Amino acid sequence: MKTGFWNDVAYLARRYPLGVAGAIIMTVFVLAAIFAGTVAPLDPFTTNPKASLAKPGGTYLMGADMMGRDVFSRMIHGARISLAVSIGATFLGSGLGAALGLASGYIGGMFDLLVQRVAEIMQSLPLLVMALVITASLGPSLPNTIIAIAIPLIPNVARVIRSNVLSLREMPFVEAAKATGMSEFRIAVVHVLPNTLAPLIVLATAQLGSTILTEASLSFLGLGVPEPWPSWGRMLSESAAEYVRTAPWLVIFPGLAISLIVFGTNLLGDALRDALDPRQRD
Amino acid sequence: MAPVLEVSNLSTVFHTRRGLVRAVQNVSFSVNAGETLAIVGESGCGKTITALSLLRLIPMPPGEIVSGSVKVDGTDLLKLSDAEMRRARGKQIAMIFQEPMTALNPLLTIGRQIAEMVTLHDGLGRKAARDRAVEMLNHVKIPEPERRAREYPHQMSGGMRQRAMIAMALACKPKVLVADEPTTALDVTIQAQILDLIGDLRREFGTAVVLITHDLGVVAETANRVVVMYAGRKVEEAPVGEVFANPKHPYMTGLMSSIPRVASARGLTGVDATARLTEIPGIVPPLINLPPGCAFSPRCTRSEAQCTTTLPELELKAPDHLAACWRA
Repeated sequence: MKTGFWNDVAYLARRYPLGVAGAIIMTVFVLAAIFAGTVAPLDPFTTNPKASLAKPGGTYLMGADMMGRDVFSRMIHGARISLAVSIGATFLGSGLGAALGLASGYIGGMFDLLVQRVAEIMQSLPLLVMALVITASLGPSLPNTIIAIAIPLIPNVARVIRSNVLSLREMPFVEAAKATGMSEFRIAVVHVLPNTLAPLIVLATAQLGSTILTEASLSFLGLGVPEPWPSWGRMLSESAAEYVRTAPWLVIFPGLAISLIVFGTNLLGDALRDALDPRQRD
Repeated sequence: MAPVLEVSNLSTVFHTRRGLVRAVQNVSFSVNAGETLAIVGESGCGKTITALSLLRLIPMPPGEIVSGSVKVDGTDLLKLSDAEMRRARGKQIAMIFQEPMTALNPLLTIGRQIAEMVTLHDGLGRKAARDRAVEMLNHVKIPEPERRAREYPHQMSGGMRQRAMIAMALACKPKVLVADEPTTALDVTIQAQILDLIGDLRREFGTAVVLITHDLGVVAETANRVVVMYAGRKVEEAPVGEVFANPKHPYMTGLMSSIPRVASARGLTGVDATARLTEIPGIVPPLINLPPGCAFSPRCTRSEAQCTTTLPELELKAPDHLAACWRA
């Protein structure tokens, strides 16, 4: 039996072709975002009155918007903002949520009670309203947008992880770990947390799509990442109402990009969840 | 030889909504190095709580160890701070559990789980801890220990996982090993192998073993001494041969007559081969509301007035043979 990293990768790739598809989609988007300056054929900010609402084709691969800016170039530059916001907010929100859920479920008692009531209060507010209030008080900027979108995610993740931890905490292997003299903290991190990874990955991939859309709504209200930086969400929401009939390409392409990235993360997430569980191997 | 493990007057209670449950009351026993003490009794008589109390693994609250001492090599574990107790677990006193299927973390390799424990107590580096894990797997007679160390629990059979558990428990050479029904979840042929293994390792390492079981066959095969528990109390204690040859407490007599004997079933001893097995009528009384006298009296065929009013003390009924019964 050969072992080694590349061997494992090749094996996993054969076993999860859909996961590979997801990984390829993600890689393409991430590379486009990183090398946006060289990949984009035109400047995303240059306006051209003559090309206002130009149809796709020719110079404007995906058409041009009302101000004559190239949609394709704006899409590629928009990937930066959209990916930074969605991945950043998902990681931040899921990370904090998982930590809080783990602590809440494992420590229990008054601490658990308190955390859960605060989570309930947060969950009773719509995600957008909370994000709105947070950006309004922090001011619009990229990091603030990420924070504003991440915070409302925390209670959802915390509750799911907590319920998982509640059952894991009673597992015999936790008691066995105590009998070996491990500290409670180490048991929580080494034995309990990794066993909650499956629901965490599913939850995080599901949330990635919604964070892109939340960012769109915030930008539409002027509270997201400030103009003139393009983001897919804003490109979509700005043009949806006005141009969906006259210039559908303004809506279709950003919409397609959002769908594709959500699809890609879900494929990758499902494959990751299975690949990380030793019981699913061999 | 001074005993390695000395338990005296151990009492553990649970504070529940319905009142105080006295799960373990005034239990004392001691075990020498390289010897096995078996604690026997029905379900619910306090065996497991006794075992967990030795390692202070009772959930507190609602549980509480209210009195007594658990001395390992003279050090009273009940007086240690929480941090000191953590250091003692695994190093001084280790435990193996009933359920080998779920007592190992499914996400970590067997080798890693054993190495984890070694690193924790003996401060070995990664490589050295791994080598020790493989060495321990070899000790518990797992074939191809190198390869097995890299495998996950689900890739092993129940018997092999129990061996891995034993390897983990003994990796830091603890002075006392508490085995809580280590063979109950395994089939009979594997049971014998595991018991032999525990016996071999006990002699090899000089570990004092506390074996919790309800299987009298297991007791007869492996134990040096026997403690019989009923309703949270020790009711009888003697060397294993003495207990089986000459049981004093009616509870122990009842337990013994409720197991089938191959010899009598085959009619070899001239005993009536068709005789029905006798059972002990009733169940262990709820520990929350024990009768004032002997807890066994409601089920005892030999009970008289005194038994239901006054609690019998443990007395020497024969040399080295303690029992708590008015009628013995």
